[in-house]
Amino acid sequence: MIRKLVRFLDQRTGDAPLLRKALRYLFPDHWSFLLGEVALYCFVILVATGTYLALFYTDSTKQITYHGPYLPLRGQRMSEAYHSVLDISTTVRAGLLIRQTHHWAADVFVVAILLHLMRVFFTGAYRKPRELTYLLGLSILGISLLEGYLGYSLADDLLSGMGLAIGYAVAISIPFVGANLGELIWHGRFPGTDAFFSRMYIAHVFIIPGIIGALLLGHLSLVALKHHTQFKTGPRATERKIVGVPTYPGQTPRSLGLFMITAGVLFLLGGLAQINPIWLWGPYHTYLSTNGAQPDWYLGWLIGALRLVPGFDLVIGRYTLVPNPFWGGALFPLVVFAFLGFWPAIERRFITHDYGYHNLLDRPRDAPLRTAIGLGVFTWVALIFVAGGLDRVQVTFDLSYTAAIWAFRVAIWIAPLVVGFGAYRVCIELQRGEQAERARKRAEQRAKALTELEVVD
Amino acid sequence: MSKAKDLLVSGLVLLVGRGRPRPPAEERVVPEAPARPGWELVALALLGLGALCAVMFPVTYGFNWPHPTQLMGASLGLAFVFIGAALVVTAKHLIVTEELEDDYPPDEHPEEQELLVQVVHESGDRLTRRRLFVLGLGGAFGALGVALVTPLASLGPVLRIAPMFESPWRRGRRLVDENDRPWKASDIEEKDFYTAFPEGADKEDLASAVVLVRLPKGRFDLPPALAHYPADGIVAYSKICTHAGCAISLYRAPMFQPDEEKPALVCPCHYSTFDPADGGTVLFGPAGRKLPMLPLTIDGKGYLRAAGNFDESVGPSWWGVRNRKPRNA
Repeated sequence: MIRKLVRFLDQRTGDAPLLRKALRYLFPDHWSFLLGEVALYCFVILVATGTYLALFYTDSTKQITYHGPYLPLRGQRMSEAYHSVLDISTTVRAGLLIRQTHHWAADVFVVAILLHLMRVFFTGAYRKPRELTYLLGLSILGISLLEGYLGYSLADDLLSGMGLAIGYAVAISIPFVGANLGELIWHGRFPGTDAFFSRMYIAHVFIIPGIIGALLLGHLSLVALKHHTQFKTGPRATERKIVGVPTYPGQTPRSLGLFMITAGVLFLLGGLAQINPIWLWGPYHTYLSTNGAQPDWYLGWLIGALRLVPGFDLVIGRYTLVPNPFWGGALFPLVVFAFLGFWPAIERRFITHDYGYHNLLDRPRDAPLRTAIGLGVFTWVALIFVAGGLDRVQVTFDLSYTAAIWAFRVAIWIAPLVVGFGAYRVCIELQRGEQAERARKRAEQRAKALTELEVVD
Repeated sequence: MSKAKDLLVSGLVLLVGRGRPRPPAEERVVPEAPARPGWELVALALLGLGALCAVMFPVTYGFNWPHPTQLMGASLGLAFVFIGAALVVTAKHLIVTEELEDDYPPDEHPEEQELLVQVVHESGDRLTRRRLFVLGLGGAFGALGVALVTPLASLGPVLRIAPMFESPWRRGRRLVDENDRPWKASDIEEKDFYTAFPEGADKEDLASAVVLVRLPKGRFDLPPALAHYPADGIVAYSKICTHAGCAISLYRAPMFQPDEEKPALVCPCHYSTFDPADGGTVLFGPAGRKLPMLPLTIDGKGYLRAAGNFDESVGPSWWGVRNRKPRNA
């Protein structure tokens, strides 16, 4: 059977040598190398569940009256878009399961990409010859944030609308061209026209997934072409020799198993853990908003930044050079992504002066300055992320919101320095500990050899 | 009957029987390892559980039991998890895990690089004005590129920014509530918060919605230019926050005890806080511009009417937001 199939394919495609090579391609083994895989599998689930949802969604802002089975919203005016998502959540059997699984998959997708990025950063996996792989991965992260934002904006519930209002404000806050760009995207001033929802829809289900798919293809091809990096786990793993499990038989059931478990966890979450119950938020109108609204977690850092920036527009005469939302909503993510994007070059040029090839990974302690700077930037972003939820802290612990904001406005500049310095010291101490341990072992061996010599005497 | 029995027995034997060991190949590629019937059983049990859960999915889908989403999610999710676990068991215990080594691909191929460069260089040998030719190519394709993106300008009025200043308000327009009932001045009470729209206008328009609050007479601290904007202690401000365009839906209305903060309009998105007694100036938060204020009058029948347009442009800031006053479309 197998022999027949192999012969049939080889005779018609000549693939046997290629396939044999692919089957024996090596995967170095470490749990942290699976994070990127999890992200990939989330993407597969997203495409599958998203395609199903698209069979029911209506991308129209035409206002209609609700007469469906959900009593609290009966008689309310709402867009056809929101109505269709309500239907998916109530009358379409399995619709809510697929919708919630889609939403969970999006959240887990970004978690997995972020953890993968941190693994790559703190082990120096981005170094030559893998800078392009790293940049492609970073672009996937950036565009995935936009994709997720468009996704929950399409539902046109109250939270979507508030998110879109903020997105519009950030868009028109761009110096010199903001308003023009805003009118271009929204087909006029916010909330725009029906055309805007068509644009969001085609971008969310076709253009951006296509771009993510293309970037993914490039990312994975580059990984395969240069082979995966590895930790120095034993004497066999070197800069020239890769040690790992072959695609087949070793890796295939592992990866398939991981895919199945990822999918399983997402479906379990989608069925058992409620996420974004849009029927509770109600339809969006420009004149409505609600307190305690929070975006999906991966946009929390932007909300935090928008809230922390002190209240001023940069004005020259009557010309508004930089409207406020630009700082937190556009400049801040730009700075973070610029840091990540330029980091390999910065490290090479100013810190290590190391232009060589690297297939072996660093442990975080092996590059103390990288670890310190990385953790410092992470702390900066993480604190700003927390600031996005300070109003919830205020409600829960009865603290003054104003005081908390001021405390964070100071803390986000001090804490990264403290954390960075601390991380640097820890790395150095760990290195010293290892040196001491090695010295001790050598001394013991020498002592043992000496005593053996004496015994022989 | 007996034929069916034979079939059943032979089928079972084929399924459960261990099978004859294959004759060993001359030289193995995948190394040999001992059988592990126990783990085989575990993997088969997990596959069985997975299949069972998978079958439960169409069943829960078909019968309309209570909590369908939870049941369907649990059955589908567990089916995936069990089958995944079976695969992991297969990988860890039933398949030979080889730890092989291989060469990393070469860092670079200098001769190939040279060859590529040579091919490209020699390809242009017949050209006498090479630079000019490259410039010509760049120019032509650049121009074509510009031509091809031009239709994108149809997406919106790129160069016409007049719509950004439009507002449906004008002198004499009545203020109505969400259900188009006109507001009377006597409807507006202190320490409460009302939303109003221009009568007959599109409520979704960014410049439509205003908030109405009534302040005690002594509370006002308005600049002279806005001193005539309130009517009978009632003030109206654009409901759209000048920071990020969310609707202002919180009103901090204290009982006027000396230790409490003054009344304020608050946006729940980023907590920009505005002073309704002072023309909508920013008290706290990220907003960089005061709230636009709408002048009010009360007509002979006690209805609230606009006495003009907003004093400032409505909505979040952009480059020209301070250039012009809002105008009625």
